Amino acid sequence: MSVARDISRGSDGEAGQPLSPSPAAGVARFISPRRGRPRRWATHINGWLLLLPAAIMLAVFTHYPTVATIIDSFFSTPKGARPAVFVGLDNYQAMIEDPIFWRALNNNIIYALATIPLTIALSMTMAVVVNGKIQGRAFMRLSFFTPTVLPMIAVANIWLFFYSPGYGLIDQVLGLFGVPAHNWLGNEHTALGCLIVVAIWKDAGFFMIFYLAALQQMSPALGEAAALEGASRWYFFRRVTFPLLMPTTLFVLINAIINSFRLIDHVVVMTRGGPNNTTALLLFYIYEIGFKFWDTAFAATLTVVLLALLAILALGQFVFLDRRIHYQ
Amino acid sequence: MRYPKMKWQAPIVGAAVLALASTAMAADVELSFYYPVAVGGPITKIIDGYAADFEKENPSIKVKAIYAGTYQDTLVKALTAFKSGEPPDIAVLLSTDMFTLIDEDAVMPFDGLLKSEADKSWAKGFYPAFMENSQTGGKTWGIPFQRSTIVMYWNKDAFKAAGLNPDKAPDTWDELVTDGRKLTKRDGNNVSQWGVQIPSTGFPYWLFQGITTANKVRLMNQAGTETYFDKPAVIEALQYWVDLSRKEKIHPPGVVEWGTTPKDFFERKTAIMWTTTGNLTNVKANAPFPFGVAMLPAHTGRGSPTGGGNFYFFKKMSAEKSAAALKFVKWMTTPERAADWGIKTGYVAVRPDAWETPVMKKYVADFPPAAVARDQLKYSVAELSTHENQRVTKALNDGLQAALNGTKTPEQAMKDAQQEAARILRSYNK
Amino acid sequence: MNPLYQPGRLSAALETAGAWCLAVLWILPLAYALWASIHPSAYSAHFVVDAPVTAENFVKAWNAAPFSRYFLNTFLLVTMILAAQLVLCTLAAYAFARFEFYGRELAFILVLLQLMIMPDVLIVENYRTMTALGIVDTIPAIGLPYMASAFGIFLLRQTFKTVPRELDEAARVEGANPLQVLLKLYVPLAKPVYIAYGLVSVSYHWNNFLWPLIVTNSVNTRPLTVGLQIFASSDQGIDWSVITAATLMTSAPLLIAFLLFQRQFVQSFMRAGIR
Repeated sequence: MSVARDISRGSDGEAGQPLSPSPAAGVARFISPRRGRPRRWATHINGWLLLLPAAIMLAVFTHYPTVATIIDSFFSTPKGARPAVFVGLDNYQAMIEDPIFWRALNNNIIYALATIPLTIALSMTMAVVVNGKIQGRAFMRLSFFTPTVLPMIAVANIWLFFYSPGYGLIDQVLGLFGVPAHNWLGNEHTALGCLIVVAIWKDAGFFMIFYLAALQQMSPALGEAAALEGASRWYFFRRVTFPLLMPTTLFVLINAIINSFRLIDHVVVMTRGGPNNTTALLLFYIYEIGFKFWDTAFAATLTVVLLALLAILALGQFVFLDRRIHYQ
Repeated sequence: MRYPKMKWQAPIVGAAVLALASTAMAADVELSFYYPVAVGGPITKIIDGYAADFEKENPSIKVKAIYAGTYQDTLVKALTAFKSGEPPDIAVLLSTDMFTLIDEDAVMPFDGLLKSEADKSWAKGFYPAFMENSQTGGKTWGIPFQRSTIVMYWNKDAFKAAGLNPDKAPDTWDELVTDGRKLTKRDGNNVSQWGVQIPSTGFPYWLFQGITTANKVRLMNQAGTETYFDKPAVIEALQYWVDLSRKEKIHPPGVVEWGTTPKDFFERKTAIMWTTTGNLTNVKANAPFPFGVAMLPAHTGRGSPTGGGNFYFFKKMSAEKSAAALKFVKWMTTPERAADWGIKTGYVAVRPDAWETPVMKKYVADFPPAAVARDQLKYSVAELSTHENQRVTKALNDGLQAALNGTKTPEQAMKDAQQEAARILRSYNK
Repeated sequence: MNPLYQPGRLSAALETAGAWCLAVLWILPLAYALWASIHPSAYSAHFVVDAPVTAENFVKAWNAAPFSRYFLNTFLLVTMILAAQLVLCTLAAYAFARFEFYGRELAFILVLLQLMIMPDVLIVENYRTMTALGIVDTIPAIGLPYMASAFGIFLLRQTFKTVPRELDEAARVEGANPLQVLLKLYVPLAKPVYIAYGLVSVSYHWNNFLWPLIVTNSVNTRPLTVGLQIFASSDQGIDWSVITAATLMTSAPLLIAFLLFQRQFVQSFMRAGIR
């Protein structure tokens, strides 16, 4: 899935769309080919026409908002009758001075650093387990994948129940081992961890499927050859399976990174950013600022930071990881 | 495709239908009404019932009652709708959102609509404690509807088991601590029953006011432009709350969830809980033991903040609509209806004359706890309400949660909160 | 994997036990939620084996909020989004795969931008756009930002590229214009990918929450996720039995569809998987 390589590969060798010479043919009139020299400009027009609907939508709902967000961050928030006023870097200044912003950023980074590797490791393990000849494979696969089908809202409500101090499932189970009841979501030290657990529970099964697909495409000959040479299972996994799974890992990594910034449903349901902002994730803070306090300019400023972060991560992946992927 | 030939009657019938429809539409006023639900029980059913009854009595007015979630959700929805050009006509929102709504230029005062003497005396017939959060700048911006105070519920069986008089609740801060020590049951490391539980999610500032009012200190000024979070009496109040869990160990540690507190009470996880009187009917229906309701314990003073929601009218309503809306609001707050609403939920009926209706008198005679919140009204103060209310209360809430979790001392937490609030309110103090 | 790698008996037993533990642990939350929803409130926190089974929680939940309307809204929403996505992404993917036009590389990079910058992070601006268009609180407003899906375009482009050129040229020689070639040749060949993509899209949009929350105000447009959250908002006294019942009710369609069509679900996800 090397996108960069794809683009650079350039021409497919397509000779272009032969078309009769009448530009006034209108938007959707494609005329059957004629013998003779192909008209290259027809290819360009047709290409753009096909792309146009999607391009318009993308421009209006992705590209324009991105640019507008950046512009808005340099203006103040219109309030009531007062219009927006150019304030230069004031919003950025306010943001740097805002301890809650740094908290949210910090939280999100910790959250990402915790969920991503754990989810990937777990899903890889699950895939290897389910791929093998273990008893009850079908049940396991079902069990791992089911959380994916549920909405995060539903998942969060269920886990909210479990985290209830005292009679929630977790405290009940721990109580059997003599561990005292704990206020999981109300304690500043454990609240974020609880959300991390919920996120991992939800996503691991989803990534498992992709690993499963990749594993099943691996040639058994590889395993046989390695066994003949006396390699241990762990060695085989580390030196053969894992590298071959890298393309899948890249795909899963992108998804996991996006999810760790995009998915804040559980914050809304379980903690609403508390206690004392320890579970405030960046997008949640943006939502609060933008739709609870109606400070749209500040929300735009925060969004710029989020966009920048996502852009850096995207670049980082394509440039850095792309080089290390081994293609069959 | 072949079309059947149009008969000549068709256009005439069509025109007649159109005329009828347009006259029908002209006669019907449609009011959209956003409301939140903050307490347990079949509230949406009750509200829908009221709307239907109102429509029966007023056939030319249609009321579309839309349930919008919590108070927070409803405020967001109403303002979102307003900003996108399609505001609701009426909304029940927190009385404390008054300044925010005025600043957003979203609501209109009632005074201009109260033309007749009957109207004016109706508007004067609400408890003054409730009007404190409903009026500013000499105008009335909200009409009380689902108003409450905090009350203390106690488990009579648990009191008996702990050797306390089951009919007497603790009435001072010290009594709360001594009773709480007896009520807290431990087995090993685990606490199976806490003495007292005061929730601190969602709107901890409200519960906190139940403590500051007992310490005779106010958190803000009437104009909503100044806050006093770092006054010594306030810090003292916070220290008391924090000590309940950290020093006395009779209160669950950390931040306690508002929504699950009633269930914790039913499950006997706590012997005493502080929550809104609006949960009274819920507790009455679901508590598996005899319980009592009392005013909040006193210290140097006594009392509770008022709470709950008012009716607000949004701007841009036509004269016709606002007349219809006023009718609806008056209908919803007649003594009979206020009594009915109070009985069905546990909210405090908002008018003194509602308490004099026969149905309410009988209810109170059968079930005295219902009157506790009303009796507490004379000690009640306005709920925290300022400009940029959401932001200011967030600053206070964050500080309270930090103190309860032990990550900041009460003094530091309140100083930081005051600093943040002062910064937010700076532009309103010019 | 490799049959030659048979672990020793003890290892095998330990591994199986470990895997089973994990699987049970994984399904436990859902199982417990199911348990809580079919027993009365009093038992929601107490695991008593012979507790009475009841459907009243589901009845209570169904009556407490207009879930039937929410179901309808969600159904309309995902159908609309999927239909638009299929059309837009097919056309765009076809353009990228088979047409060399000016600015193709740049356009492709701009499209890929949406992979990282999803509409979800642009909530503030998109909301403003919807306000300007006057369509706030309508079902299309929920769907519009998602209709041009970079993921879909990317996936279909990959798939179309694998179609042998000879087939394409043969069709052209027979006199077909590009659209006909697309419809008669490429689309049928990409059917598995369409199915996979459809499943991904439906489950994603059925479960989407934040944007619908912001954009919808009224019962007529709210999808299930928003309806559930409003219903379960913890300002009320929380009754876990009813909430878990409501939660399961709203997840039921996808869950049941998944259980019935497990094989196909999994296989199509796998097919869509990027190798």
